[in-house]
Amino acid sequence: MEKQPIIEFKGVTKRFDVRTILDKVDFQIYEGEVTTLIGLSGTGKSVTLKHIIGLLKPDEGQILYRGQPIDQMSKKEWNAYIGQISYMFQNNALFDSLTVFENVALPLRQTTHLGKKEIAEKAMASIEQTELTEVFDKYPSELSGGMQKRAALARALVTDPSLVLFDEPTTGQDPIRKNAILGMVAEYQRRFGFTALLISHEIPDVYFISNRILALYGRKIVFQGTPDEFEEFEHPFREEILTSLENLQADISGLYSKRHFKVRYQTDLSKRHPDAMYAVAAFAVDDLDTIIEHMGHDAAQEIIRALGSFINKHFGAVGGFSSRQTINEYATVLPYSNLEEAERIMTDFKKDFREHGLPDIKTLQEGEKPGEDSFEFNILAGLAQGKPQIEIESVMEFARFNQTPIARFQCERGGKA
Amino acid sequence: MAAENSSEQTPSDAIASEKPGNPFTWLFHPFGARAMRINGNLGALAIFFFRAVIQIFHPKQFSAIVQQIYFIGARSAQIVMLVGFFTGMVLGLQLYHVLVKFGSVGVLGTAVGLSLIREMGPVLTAIMITARAGSAMTAEIGIQRISEQIDALSTMRIDPVGFLISPRIAAAIISFPILTTLFDLIGILGGWVSGCLLLGVNSGAYFYRVVSATQMEDITGGLVKSLVFGILVVTICCFQGFFTHMRTDSYGARSVSLSTTSAVVISCVMILISDYVVTSFIL
Repeated sequence: MEKQPIIEFKGVTKRFDVRTILDKVDFQIYEGEVTTLIGLSGTGKSVTLKHIIGLLKPDEGQILYRGQPIDQMSKKEWNAYIGQISYMFQNNALFDSLTVFENVALPLRQTTHLGKKEIAEKAMASIEQTELTEVFDKYPSELSGGMQKRAALARALVTDPSLVLFDEPTTGQDPIRKNAILGMVAEYQRRFGFTALLISHEIPDVYFISNRILALYGRKIVFQGTPDEFEEFEHPFREEILTSLENLQADISGLYSKRHFKVRYQTDLSKRHPDAMYAVAAFAVDDLDTIIEHMGHDAAQEIIRALGSFINKHFGAVGGFSSRQTINEYATVLPYSNLEEAERIMTDFKKDFREHGLPDIKTLQEGEKPGEDSFEFNILAGLAQGKPQIEIESVMEFARFNQTPIARFQCERGGKA
Repeated sequence: MAAENSSEQTPSDAIASEKPGNPFTWLFHPFGARAMRINGNLGALAIFFFRAVIQIFHPKQFSAIVQQIYFIGARSAQIVMLVGFFTGMVLGLQLYHVLVKFGSVGVLGTAVGLSLIREMGPVLTAIMITARAGSAMTAEIGIQRISEQIDALSTMRIDPVGFLISPRIAAAIISFPILTTLFDLIGILGGWVSGCLLLGVNSGAYFYRVVSATQMEDITGGLVKSLVFGILVVTICCFQGFFTHMRTDSYGARSVSLSTTSAVVISCVMILISDYVVTSFIL
């Protein structure tokens, strides 16, 4: 049976005076999924989101909620519909005259009949989940940009919504914080099971948390499908946004996007003899959930990022090229090395990484156990050998299969390294 | 469906933006367009006010109303008392020099008391509150509008009019008459300082005249005026802030600044116009 979308846009057109922003837009959002809407600035992404929440009405077309047009809902149905949705604004839209706690408690105070104690408990639980306990009595202007985002997230989640709309939640954040926010969205989505619609420019990072991608270009949705399908998508949209964003990403981190990684792999290996050998290394930060639980999203992202830049530095020097594959995985291709040589390079890498990879975190020696108030996490690595005619995915799968811990680290519970 | 559409034209806007055809229409078009726009805005203002009034009686409003009474009332008391005192002193001084020519300085208390209770108290109190609290209200609500805080309320199923406007209107209904009374009392005291302490009018005669000349109708008339001014001032100031994003002459911070200016100017003009209207009904 075909899956019924939770939200469906059918031929939605929106004009502001004579300017058409959305032109017969069609797309679907499915329950329990993270859908990301990408597009150039000023192309109507926020306008699209505001239609779902009723802040804007379409000039033509319909928006359906579980098959029912939202403009034909009775007041009771509308209230029930809107009560299930939370909206996280691009600029957070926190009330600057209210503290973090008051901001988070506001929707509960105004729209529910819960008692003071229950409201306080729920609001504090949401504040704790977003790691804002220490600043619950501060005003938004006293918080950093990242904390304000988390406060807005806490407010969006306090009512236990079934659909959360995130309007560029990573705008204005540094790269670590951006990934931390995306990680947070993914984690909460898994934990609470809500449906998420996200606007983001964080390509390719956003692929790792999204089930589906929607591409808005030239006032229309030109693509909707999985991130993998989007990798193969051929359209002028790619020239205008993806290439520039991916190149920028490569310039900043030195790592390739998944697509560029594949292109480089194909270009380099197509010139080689069919029987020539190359090696692939697969790296992963193991126990990511434990790290997040004890040290928070920011620290987890810093570890992932440090691993990425160390891999790039080390393997780049010997002719390798690397890419982030999932939220906690990297892959490196050594196009001119066989397995034996790759193992030698990996041994050097292991030694170097244990000593200098994560300078603020204590390395555990072999057989050493973590202290009572501490926990350990591992960095895994595996190698595999392939030939140019073999699909790189299967070689990478072998490398993943061969993964063993190459470094163990110890952190104190609560975040201290 | 409780949705607002910022791009939709009101009927008055549509008529106002129509291109005139023949010279006769061309001549009168600007006036008609302006009249239609004012008419549309008055209608919107009335709907805005009634939407806010209906939601005053919600039990969750109590603490918000108390907060607004503190902001509009308690925090305006000092400036109202200061202005009231010097207004009374000026009245005492001016009226003394007029009355002394006719040998009637004994009625100074009557003149000062009635001037303050009937006219100057309600009008000047309203103008002072407009300057102090009204402008702040417009700016605060305007900033909330342009920073999407008001949209955020709608997305949380909180009616922005009920949450932001109703407590302010309730607070104005309570605070304006109290502050006007305070202004009158302090003004009468100011008149006594200049008339009796500085210019030598008999204090007993002054206060006797104040009490004997003041009728209940004078007091209720003054309080009715203050009530009308309070409702007008707060509704206009909140309306200007709430719809600051609908301005076509500016955007962002500038639109908040222009809305604040408009709110103060329109409120002051409306205080004086409505003063005449209410006075003509009372007398």
